[in-house]
Amino acid sequence: MSLTLNNLTFQPTNEYHLNDISLHFEPGKMYTILGRTLSGKTTLLKTIAGLLTPDSGSISFEGNDFLSIPVWKRNIAMVYQQFINYPHLNVQENIEFPLKQRKMDTLLIEKEVSQAIKQVGLLGFESRKIQELSGGQQQRVALARSLAKKAKILLLDEPLVNLDYKLREGLREEFKKLFSGEDASQSILIYASTDPLEAMQLNGDIIVIDEGKILQSGSAKEVFENPSSAKVAEITNDPAMNINEGLIKDDNLILNQDIIFPLPNHLKHISQGKYSIGIRATDLYLDNQGFNFDVDISEISGSETFLHLHSNNIKCVATIEEVKTYEVNDRVKINFDLSKIYLFKESGELLHSPYKS
Amino acid sequence: MPRLYTFIKYFCVILWACFVVAPFLWAISTSFKDFNSVTGGATYIPWLQFEPTLDGWKVLFKPGSQGGINIVGPYFNSIFVTVTASFISIVLGTLAAYALSRYTFKAGIVQNNDITFFFISQRIMPPVVLSIPFFIFLSTLGLLDSLAGLILVYIVLLMPIAVWIMVDFFNRVPREIDETALIDGCNPFQAFFKVVLPNSVPGMIVAGLFCIIFGWIDFFFAFILTFTNVQLLPVKIVALNSSITPWWSLSAAALVSVAPLIVVAFIVERYLSKGNLSGALK
Repeated sequence: MSLTLNNLTFQPTNEYHLNDISLHFEPGKMYTILGRTLSGKTTLLKTIAGLLTPDSGSISFEGNDFLSIPVWKRNIAMVYQQFINYPHLNVQENIEFPLKQRKMDTLLIEKEVSQAIKQVGLLGFESRKIQELSGGQQQRVALARSLAKKAKILLLDEPLVNLDYKLREGLREEFKKLFSGEDASQSILIYASTDPLEAMQLNGDIIVIDEGKILQSGSAKEVFENPSSAKVAEITNDPAMNINEGLIKDDNLILNQDIIFPLPNHLKHISQGKYSIGIRATDLYLDNQGFNFDVDISEISGSETFLHLHSNNIKCVATIEEVKTYEVNDRVKINFDLSKIYLFKESGELLHSPYKS
Repeated sequence: MPRLYTFIKYFCVILWACFVVAPFLWAISTSFKDFNSVTGGATYIPWLQFEPTLDGWKVLFKPGSQGGINIVGPYFNSIFVTVTASFISIVLGTLAAYALSRYTFKAGIVQNNDITFFFISQRIMPPVVLSIPFFIFLSTLGLLDSLAGLILVYIVLLMPIAVWIMVDFFNRVPREIDETALIDGCNPFQAFFKVVLPNSVPGMIVAGLFCIIFGWIDFFFAFILTFTNVQLLPVKIVALNSSITPWWSLSAAALVSVAPLIVVAFIVERYLSKGNLSGALK
């Protein structure tokens, strides 16, 4: 029942869209592919769906060679980030389309469709035209169509990104509910996202991908606590982890030749030299004994304030746990929670994480 | 201020309406005049300024032996040729456009855009350039002066319009709709016929409208490629011209010949106002 990708490579131009991707998916689990735009997420999903053929590599599903099966015979479902439905059909007809295509029994279709409509909360909208629905409702129709199919593999390509904030929150909760149900244990769920927060909230396995290459895969907790490289740390945090050049020299930790800390005890075992120092925005805090920074931008987000800051050589983002208004070029005093810093080797590889002793 | 704006708006609309409607009114009034009313200076109001007569209209339906031109035959020829050629052009053009929009073709340096251009290039040349090759072509096939020959030539002229409009239309239909159809179990043919085609009706109607207009108004090829056996309406109407130009019959014939286009326009307009042409796909 498992899906295995072996060394998938797809390089239509000079750049790799997929670069030697090998993955293993088990049914009943949720996988989140996390990467920036154009990192190859959609390409990967489309390759699994069969819409794209890789240059090399193989896909096997339930022991069969998946690449030799055309799209329309693979039992998959896919929800796109755009709300893709059949505009000439109404809601009911949209959802039953794949089932009719499969020549399922009419009574059974009726049952499956009404169940799917109930699941996504579209009761009473059965005979509406697609154009008469709001964006969120349209995406629910697409989702219902995927659910009704009871596909073995369900691919979700940033399904929530075009929805407004509130709907996104609501639908994400529903996703988790829908896919923790009994039917879900039969199918493999792959969810592509650019949003680290979303990936963490979905709380499945996370696969971090960049420039068509897998950088890290593991549980959400593992990826969050121990990002395998500076790049992963940037991709899996929002705001991106602050990464600055650093130097360990004579019991001092020097950030960008500018800020000098005495080397904390837990870093004493690390040899002298150049490193990349990473620290999350949440681990910077306002402190009267701190270092001077000037505000570039201040963003208020819910109960927090994001401060984009700079001093002589350092640019960083700090999350302040209260709502405060700052003007551009206001001076603030910021300190670093040194117990939470990450050290990356010059090659980018993780050397020290606060969560690993 | 809003009042002034309303005034300007209505003024412009009325001015434009006059510009569009006046020739029609002129033609209608002329078609009911006789020789004296036409040549005796401008007159507008029937019964008051001139005595209306049906002579102009009668000529259109009298056989040649009685000095008429009998347009009924050519009328149906024109309808048959235009509708058939438009229909075939839309069918072939839509298929070609879908292929050009969705698949990548490559033969040496020739690519999709070049193929699209090849279709449209058929309309770049002035008709005179094409007339001689077409003449030889049809005469070799033995199709000169026949409906089939005209339909063949019209397909060459109309299909580029269909391809051009439909390629643009398909390019704006998200590819993901086709892909979703494939994922939902359609093979590529089913995806086209069950999903893409039903959503392309608006584009096909626009393309069809253009084909019908361009087919219907063609005079040149109908004139060159037919003689006596098959005649189309525009050719027949021009044949009205003799030593005296019969303005009254010409006006009547002109009205008769634009009538089908007006009917088509009203049908499409209804379709337009129902909102079916826009917003079906975004």
